[in-house]
Amino acid sequence: MNHPIFTHLDALESEAIHIMREVAAECGNPVLLFSGGKDSIVLLRLAEKAFRPGRFPFPLMHIDTEHNFPEVIAFRDRRVNELGERLIVRSMEDSIRKGRVVLRSETQSRNAFQSVTLLDAIAEFSFDACIGGARRDEEKARAKERIFSFRDEFGQWDPKNQRPELWDIYNTRTHPGENIRVFPISNWTELDVWEYIARERLEVPEIYFAHNREVIRRATGLLPVSHLVQPQAGEKIEQLMVRFRTVGDMSCTCPVESHAANVDAIIAETAMTRITERGATRMDDQTSEASMELRKKEGYF
Amino acid sequence: MLDSERTSLAQSELLRFITAGSVDDGKSTLIGRLLHDSKSIFEDQLTSITHTTRKRGSEGVDLSLLTDGLQAEREQGITIDVAYRYFATPRRKFIIADTPGHEQYTRNMVTGASTANLAIILIDARKGVLTQSRRHAYLASLVGIPHLVVAINKMDLVEFSQSIFERICDEFAAFAQKLDLRNVTYIPMSALNGDMVVERGDRLDWYQGVTLMNLLETLSIEDDINRDDFRFPVQWVCRPHTPELHDFRGYMGRIESGSIKVGDYIKVLPSGLSSRIKEIWVYEGALAEAFAPQSVTLTIEDQLDISRGDMLAKAEETLRVTKNFDAMLCWLSEQPLDLGRKYLIKQSTRMAKVIIDQIGYRVDVNTLVHEDVSVLKMNDIARVTLKVQLNLVCDDYARNRATGCFIIIDENTNNTVAAGMIMPT
Repeated sequence: MNHPIFTHLDALESEAIHIMREVAAECGNPVLLFSGGKDSIVLLRLAEKAFRPGRFPFPLMHIDTEHNFPEVIAFRDRRVNELGERLIVRSMEDSIRKGRVVLRSETQSRNAFQSVTLLDAIAEFSFDACIGGARRDEEKARAKERIFSFRDEFGQWDPKNQRPELWDIYNTRTHPGENIRVFPISNWTELDVWEYIARERLEVPEIYFAHNREVIRRATGLLPVSHLVQPQAGEKIEQLMVRFRTVGDMSCTCPVESHAANVDAIIAETAMTRITERGATRMDDQTSEASMELRKKEGYF
Repeated sequence: MLDSERTSLAQSELLRFITAGSVDDGKSTLIGRLLHDSKSIFEDQLTSITHTTRKRGSEGVDLSLLTDGLQAEREQGITIDVAYRYFATPRRKFIIADTPGHEQYTRNMVTGASTANLAIILIDARKGVLTQSRRHAYLASLVGIPHLVVAINKMDLVEFSQSIFERICDEFAAFAQKLDLRNVTYIPMSALNGDMVVERGDRLDWYQGVTLMNLLETLSIEDDINRDDFRFPVQWVCRPHTPELHDFRGYMGRIESGSIKVGDYIKVLPSGLSSRIKEIWVYEGALAEAFAPQSVTLTIEDQLDISRGDMLAKAEETLRVTKNFDAMLCWLSEQPLDLGRKYLIKQSTRMAKVIIDQIGYRVDVNTLVHEDVSVLKMNDIARVTLKVQLNLVCDDYARNRATGCFIIIDENTNNTVAAGMIMPT
C-alpha cells in the first residue's frame, strides 16, 4: 500500500489532536492555559487543527504573575484577537490583594504562587480540565506524569497514586471539585516544539530570538535587568546578545547567550545544546533536586 | 548539527519501545548507554547525577540515576511506575517507556508496552533465561508488541563466549515458540562497555548481526498498524452554525487503522446505516485520501444521525457488533475484581456499563499454566467473559491493536482498574 511518510511531527501532532478532542468530548468544562510562551503557542495551533472550522469548545486562560515580559503580554493579546477566541485573565495581584498570596518582597519570584491563583480560578469557573503545554522532557518529575494527570480537591498531584494510562484510551472521569490537567504535548521535546514552530510558520514573541539586553551574572545564570532585578553589591550590568528559551517570571527566567536570530538558527542551536531547557533558564528549579515535584504536589501546572 | 541532518530529522519516524528487565540485568545502564552514546544526556543532568552519586558515597557516574525521577523514589531507593525518556538520532526519534522491575511489574510493563513498537528483553549472560525472562516474553506477546529484541547482556562477564550466547538463544527460542512472537532478534552485548549497543566494539567479532542502535534506527514499523481495515471512531461532531457553513456537519476523529478515499462507501456502526465519503478535511485543506493514524474531519453524502461513540468502517467489511465477548484482562487495581458488579468500559470512543461475568482461567505468567480462580487481584492476567450494556464494535486485538483494546473504570473511585484485549469468538 502506498501512503505518505508519517514523520515524528505528524505522529506527535495527530496524538495531540486526538487528546484535545477527547477532552472536548468527555470533560464538562475544560479550559486551555495560554501564557504566550512557545509551548502554549503550539497548543493553540493544535486546537485550531482539532476544531476548525468550528470554534474552540473551551476558553483560553492566562494566570498572570504581572511579572511577565511586556512583549509576551502584547503577543498574547494579539494572538487571541487573531483567533477570535475568548481569553480569561486571572491575575496574581488579585490573590495578593485578597491576602491569598503573601510575598516577602515585591521582587520575589512569583512562579510558585501561580498555583494559588490557578486553583482559585479553577474553583471560580468550576473547570474540570485544564489543558497545558507541559512536556515530559522538561524535568524528571514530569517524566512520570500522565497525559491526563488527575488532581484531588486540593489541586494536588500524588505521584504514587496515578491512574494507569494504557494505549490511548484516556480516563477523563472526575468527581465534583476534582480536576484533570491534560498535557497534549507530553511526548514532545524542546526540539520537536521548535521544528513544529518552523513547519507551521508560527509567530512567537520577539524575546525568543537573539537580542541585545542588559543582564547581570548571578549564581549559575544570567538575569535580565528590569524593575524587578537590579544589580546587588559587586554585580555589574553587562550588555550581551541573548535569547530566552522559556518565558516566565521576569525575576527568575534567565536568558542564554545566543546569536540565533530566527527559528532555523534556534533549531540548530537546540539540536546541539548540552544543557536542559529548565537547567539553563529557571533559577527556581535549581533550589533543590525536587523543586518541580514539590511545586506540582502543591497544585502547580 | 548540519543542515542536511536537520532536514532528515524533521522527516524521521517515531519509534516507541520498552525495556524489560531488572536493575541487575543492566537495564538502567543500557538506557544510560543509549542516551549517552546518542548524546542525549545533558551536562546539567550529568552534573546532577555525579553530585548525587558522590552524596551517596559512591564514585563515578551512576547512569541508573538518570531514570530515577521522584523524591519519593530517591528517598526509598525504588522506582515507581512508568517513566518516559526521549532521544533522537539523525534517523529516528525514540520514546522509551522505562518500567521498574519489582513485584508490580506486570501492571507497569503492560502499561508501558501498550503503545510500544518494540520491546527489549534483557538477559544476564551469566544467568541465562530466567523465570522473569519468560514472564517478559509472555507479556510482550500478550500486549502484541510487533518486534522483540532479546539483549543478552554482560557478555564481558562470560568472556564474550559465542557458545553461551547460542545456548541462551536456543533456550529462549524454544519458549518463544509457544507464544505468538514472530519478530525476534537476538543481540549479544555489554551495555557497561558499550559493545553492540551503539558501537560494535571489537570483542564480539563472531557476531554478524546488527547493533541495537542499528536495529532501532532501521527496523520497518510501517506495518505495525493494521493497514487493511478502515476504522474511524467518531470523537467529536463539528457543526459551526456560521452563515457560510450553516449545514456543515463534520465527523472528527483519528483513523485508527486502514485508509479512506473520497467516494468510498462506508457504514456506521453499531446502527448499520450506510453512506459515502464526501470530503476529507484537515486544517490545511481537503484531501483525496487519508491513512492511519491521521486525525481528520470527514463529511458524508447523507444526513445520518451519527454521534460520538459511533464507528465508521468500509461498507463491504463484516464486523462483530456485540454486547458479549471474551477478553484477556490485566487487573491493575489494589481492589480485587468484584465479579458481577457493574463497572464502566471504555473502548474506542464508546463508554458503557459492563459486568465481568465469568473468569475462564488465570494465566500463571511464569509458567503459562491456566488456573481456576474465583477472584482477580492486582497483576493477575485472566481470560474473562464480559457483558456490556450497549453494543460495541469488537475487533480481535490480535488483528487490530487500536480497536481491540479497552479499559475498565471503577464508577465509585473513577480509577482505571483493568486493561483488556478482545479475543476472537
